[in-house]
Amino acid sequence: MPALRLTGRGLWITALIVPPLVFVATFVAYPIISALAYAFFDWQGLLRGEFVWFQNFEEVLFKEPFASWTRNAFMNNIIVFLVLMVVQNGLGFLLAYALWRELPGAAFHRVAVFLPVVLSTVIVGILWKLFFHPLFGLVNQSLKTVGLGELAQPWLGQSSTALGALIFVNAWHWVGFPTLVFLAGMQRIPREVLDAARMETESEWIKITKIVWPLVAPSATVVFILLFIGSFNWFELPYLMAGLDGSPFGSTDVLGLYFYRTAFGNQSAGVQDFGRGSALAVLTFLFIAVVAAFWTVRLRKRELQL
Amino acid sequence: MTAESRRGLLGTLGRDGLLQVILVANSFFMLFPIVIMVLSAFKPTAAIFNSPFAIPDFTNVGNFVAVWTDTNFVGYLGNSLLVTGSSIALILVLGTMAAYAIARYEFFGSAFVLLFFIAGLTLPLKLAIIPLFILMRDLSILNTPLSLICVYTAMGLPSTVFIMTGFIRTLPGELEDAARMDGASELRIMWSVLLPLARPAMVISAIYNLVPIWNDFFFPLVFIQNEAYKTLPQGLTTFMGEYTTNWGILFAGLTLSAAPITLIYIVLSKQFINGMTQGALK
Repeated sequence: MPALRLTGRGLWITALIVPPLVFVATFVAYPIISALAYAFFDWQGLLRGEFVWFQNFEEVLFKEPFASWTRNAFMNNIIVFLVLMVVQNGLGFLLAYALWRELPGAAFHRVAVFLPVVLSTVIVGILWKLFFHPLFGLVNQSLKTVGLGELAQPWLGQSSTALGALIFVNAWHWVGFPTLVFLAGMQRIPREVLDAARMETESEWIKITKIVWPLVAPSATVVFILLFIGSFNWFELPYLMAGLDGSPFGSTDVLGLYFYRTAFGNQSAGVQDFGRGSALAVLTFLFIAVVAAFWTVRLRKRELQL
Repeated sequence: MTAESRRGLLGTLGRDGLLQVILVANSFFMLFPIVIMVLSAFKPTAAIFNSPFAIPDFTNVGNFVAVWTDTNFVGYLGNSLLVTGSSIALILVLGTMAAYAIARYEFFGSAFVLLFFIAGLTLPLKLAIIPLFILMRDLSILNTPLSLICVYTAMGLPSTVFIMTGFIRTLPGELEDAARMDGASELRIMWSVLLPLARPAMVISAIYNLVPIWNDFFFPLVFIQNEAYKTLPQGLTTFMGEYTTNWGILFAGLTLSAAPITLIYIVLSKQFINGMTQGALK
């Protein structure tokens, strides 16, 4: 291959490729690499101090009270991920299957289920915070209207229900996404395969588990991995609905909130620590990257090629 | 009709009936909160508290007028339009440039360049917010719309390069060769032969990036403190803090904020659904 000469064609290709590369290098690659490096330094506010090896990591993982905060936030992230896997992705699959049958009104239902997806988390979070108001919110008012008044409770104000309420709102916001990704996968199943299956069995259950589910495996891979990454990056919704401290009593605290609080401080305790914050970011990032990579490989293995 | 096929038919009807019930219930559940939000925007606060489900008097637009005139809503909206519009324009220009170079020319390291862009696709940039914050400060663009435009453009480029490279590769090369024989310059070939053909991929890339950029709250939260530069989602939280007890105004603010993207979505729902789900699938 000839050396790249900056004349004619070479110059033209360079002119095309360099500006976009500079953008991604400056605002994506460089910050991510720096985040890794920052975690090994002691920070005084915005000033970088000396190199402290793994001290920041040690603190967030093993030193109290940071260690129990980290553990609590991480456990909540796990709960969020597992419940959303069942509720959001499970319901998404069911709705996709229903939409796939092209029953009357399917076009309308498709638009309706995806509508919340295009709304900002800020709108969704504030709207549902008003709806969860103990006295005047839509949720408790609706319960009273249908005669289930005893179930009315301060959903966001008590530890037992706050995280569940946030997960519910997240599922309402995002269920349209897995629904339509699964639907796109189902629509790609060849007609002949379905006709052949119809010859073999009457059972809808067998058709779903043996034909449809294996054949939408590529959609499942995308939806599972994106939910995994999203669950461990969860920040906006708990921030807007439960506040930076994950109230009440840390019951809605997740890694995203804890990281932000550590890095940028909060109103009550104005201290900010970029060192411990970076360590948390690096740990979260490594966790997401390693699990997502292994899981993607495993999910890809069960994808069939027709 | 045999007994067996009748059972099959009834079974199909029963199953489809059940699925239809699920769909109707779900759509009700998706739309009901949004309908209540819009209805409440036309009510005074006391009416929202006492009769939350009642149909309001739709000529009562006082809440909307208050949001429009007494708050900085118009300013927030303008900032969001500026930031989103500039970012999408930059993403399309730079993304097409890179994708065109990678897809249409063979040069040393082209596979590596593509890989570099694609790597950015999976990285959660939120976790690099500390270095980004320091970088913006060092570039003296912290607290300006430029900081947001830079981050959004960089965030949008990987997906755009990915989608566009794949698409441009599928376009036939004959037209280009013919133009080249006629002595057209490389710039001319890109501009008048290839770009018109690449328009569908540009639409998908634009929509795929439009929704997350327009809706983003995280980066303004960290980068922008100045009231004059706040975007709509961020401004909404400020304004919610000021009107906590006036629910009529709150619902009117939410309705007005949701209106632009909702209306575009309803008109272009097919393109939106394709853009947002296929971007993820490809």
